Amino acid sequence: MFYREAGDFKTSYAEDNQTFPIKFDRYRYWFVLAVAFLVIPFIINDYWANAIFVPFLIYSIAAIGLNILTGYCGQVSLGTGGFMAVGAYACYKLMTAFPEVNILIHIILSGGITAVVGAAFGLPSLRIKGFYLAVATLAAQFFLIWLFNKVAWFYNYSASGQISAPERFVGGIAVTGPNTEAWAKYMVCLVFVTLCGLAARNLTRGTTGRKWMAIRDMDIAAEIIGVNPLKAKLTAFAVSSFFVGIAGALFFAVYLGAVEGGEAFGIQKSFLVLFMVIIGGLGSIFGSFAGAAFLVVLPVALKMIGVDLLGWPTDIVSHFQLVVVGALIMFFLIKEPHGLAQLWRVIKEKLRLWPFPH
Amino acid sequence: MNAMVDPYTTEDGRKIGGVLMDMRNITLRFGGVEAIKDISFNIREGEIRAIIGPNGAGKSSMLNVISGFYKPQEGEVHFRGSIRPPMKPYQVARLGIARTFQNIALFEGMSVLDNIMTGRLNHMKTGLFAQAIWKGAAEKEEIENRAHVERVIDFLEIQAIRKTPVGRLPYGLKKRVELARALAADPKLLLLDEPMAGMNVEEKEDMSRFILDVNDEFGTTIALIEHDMGVVMDLSDRVVVMDYGRKIGDGTPSEIISNQEVIDAYLGVAHD
Repeated sequence: MFYREAGDFKTSYAEDNQTFPIKFDRYRYWFVLAVAFLVIPFIINDYWANAIFVPFLIYSIAAIGLNILTGYCGQVSLGTGGFMAVGAYACYKLMTAFPEVNILIHIILSGGITAVVGAAFGLPSLRIKGFYLAVATLAAQFFLIWLFNKVAWFYNYSASGQISAPERFVGGIAVTGPNTEAWAKYMVCLVFVTLCGLAARNLTRGTTGRKWMAIRDMDIAAEIIGVNPLKAKLTAFAVSSFFVGIAGALFFAVYLGAVEGGEAFGIQKSFLVLFMVIIGGLGSIFGSFAGAAFLVVLPVALKMIGVDLLGWPTDIVSHFQLVVVGALIMFFLIKEPHGLAQLWRVIKEKLRLWPFPH
Repeated sequence: MNAMVDPYTTEDGRKIGGVLMDMRNITLRFGGVEAIKDISFNIREGEIRAIIGPNGAGKSSMLNVISGFYKPQEGEVHFRGSIRPPMKPYQVARLGIARTFQNIALFEGMSVLDNIMTGRLNHMKTGLFAQAIWKGAAEKEEIENRAHVERVIDFLEIQAIRKTPVGRLPYGLKKRVELARALAADPKLLLLDEPMAGMNVEEKEDMSRFILDVNDEFGTTIALIEHDMGVVMDLSDRVVVMDYGRKIGDGTPSEIISNQEVIDAYLGVAHD
């Protein structure tokens, strides 16, 4: 009734190519951006920032990164945690080595460093596929974490083996360190999410994205139309790792402030981001956001319902959460492999015809 | 020999030029099996060249040699007058050689439009950063190539399914989309591996018309493998016949029909 493209005619290819071809979608997109930039920063408090918004934004970037690699290019990766650690440690080393340079530049550079590392670990993907590649990236995960714990240079020989973010300012406002306001953390992450989301969308709708999807769907046919598989796969690894590295740098510097490599970026983190991508929807930027939101909100919601409402013990609720996530993964893999994004697409299809479906 | 490469005009007014691709003494072995034995033939600019033969004759292997999937142990491939060094398939694609497959090889997860747009990859040059920014160079290039793709879509009459995911299409249309993807690349040489396999008469007629139109309107050189003799005889200018990896005939359709060796290969001979 209110949601259809009737009368919304496209008269140029540029209009036909836009991200949200339906007017209603376009308005909603601008509305969400406006609320995110102009309303939430003024009402956000520490609890909401640390429990929901900042982790959601950071995991969104990581999920976009993994989705590019797994959802668009079809290369399974279990090394996300390791690559996030690369971003975090790169950011720490840059922050301590060049304290006068702006932190935002450091975060972007950390992404670049992670891209190089990711491309290096992507090299085996030329020879091995599927499960075997997953195991190879798993090796990257364990190797990188081992490296960061073993070589003291990475944590500047600190006694605890932890890395902690020194205080850094953007335009006179602290964005890292203990005195950071909730809204400042939120804004830094939001800016990066917006830029990363736009870049990912632009890459995936253009030539690069089509090369990745061609490799994913049928690599032999991709090669015959002129896709260099080496280049396409390594680009996917590099771009994916770039996003994951930025997520890692933000996770360390802005969100937690101090981390210990194995604890913050262990194999659980790799699986968490993979679950986000599966539940959200493989091969969808929106799905990356949906999956990240779902898995960030779910524990908070379960805790609210279980502990606060029903009065269950905390340990039972936290175990119950594992059961719920596991069941959901199985449900989505069997019933809807394209995840929340596909459910959303189906709802939109239905809404376009509603209330006269025939 | 020279008479063979002089340009001429066919009865229906198409111009046949010099030699575009020349296969010289190609031998391809898989272990001890000789799939192709010392075969030479050429493909001339603007012609429709058919490769026929019974199952297992080595036709598809020959196409795979041309498109770079297989490296022949012996022999030379000449393309546009010079010897072609051993190449990977994606490098061959950049020379302007496009192909379709016997079993459809489309990208099932992508829409028809995106599938055909992949055919333009070699004509799109913007870098990663320009594409991430999108506004400017990348968008301009996308629109230019989209316009080209739309011409191919119009030509093959598949406007209505532009945005449909390929996985949902029936077989005949998939074959047409695959042809569209190959055509979008503006190929100099188009290789069709059994373009009419599994089609009914009507679909075959459509496909034949498209093949003739492609050749006629764009002047694209076409090499095709086909089993339907009627189609081959009607469409092609010259025919190569293969059997057990050897070449047993090469000439115009009328010459092939009266070639005793070809008749033997297809109909069998009495064993003494």
